[in-house]
Amino acid sequence: MKSSYFAEGAIAIEPSCANFSEAVSKATSLLVATGSATKKYVDETLAALETLGPYFVVAPGLAIAHAKPSDSVLRPAMALLKLAEPVTSGSHNDPVSLVFAMCSPDSEAHIEMLSEFGALMSGKGVINSLLNASAESVIRQILASKPLY
Amino acid sequence: MLQLKALSVRYWLQNRFTRGVLIYAVCGAGIGTSVLLKANAERALSMLGIEAEVQAVTIADARGPHRMAQVVLATPEIVDQLAGIPAEVIAINNIFDLAELGEKLKSSLS
Repeated sequence: MKSSYFAEGAIAIEPSCANFSEAVSKATSLLVATGSATKKYVDETLAALETLGPYFVVAPGLAIAHAKPSDSVLRPAMALLKLAEPVTSGSHNDPVSLVFAMCSPDSEAHIEMLSEFGALMSGKGVINSLLNASAESVIRQILASKPLY
Repeated sequence: MLQLKALSVRYWLQNRFTRGVLIYAVCGAGIGTSVLLKANAERALSMLGIEAEVQAVTIADARGPHRMAQVVLATPEIVDQLAGIPAEVIAINNIFDLAELGEKLKSSLS
């Protein structure tokens, strides 16, 4: 997928997180640090997690933290926090080590980005390669690869 | 021979009438999980050759007063919150698994 979706500094690798909320907070903070959202978006995402549970843990080991479009989003973007030691979220897809974060200013701007992301992640072995990757350069390489369809 | 004919009539009917099938892909915000789910459900449906319309919606929309979908797709945590809606609600464990999506959609729509 287009590398521009993951800004410079939007991918971080950490040894561990105390709990899933902290992981979500750190992943969405990458969107803030790279100028795609304001701090309020972190709180909005944590509130969504609080109300709805870990529903955005959408595949084994993988979450895509996000909240509704709001004025706290500046542009559509993605980020990734990779945890060396996975964290439990309470989801059937636990434990989680790939915590993606996503934001969009409205309900249209990010459709292409997400569609590309979905096509890439549906490729055989792609999630596994990401789970096994421990260097940002390798992660970027996998994310930049072409989806199968 | 008769069996074959019955089968082809069945497929004809299916193709003729699945045009109107509406599927909701539901998530909390209506922009993230549901959009991914919609994109992959559409891929799975096209692999199966089933024609249907898939819409990404929020929990509130799925409960709302619009035209009700025949099938509702969501992650298990969201399924718990859709109890009582007049549609078949299907939990998708791995939204990137086209085989899981395809199997569940096929058994629900055929």
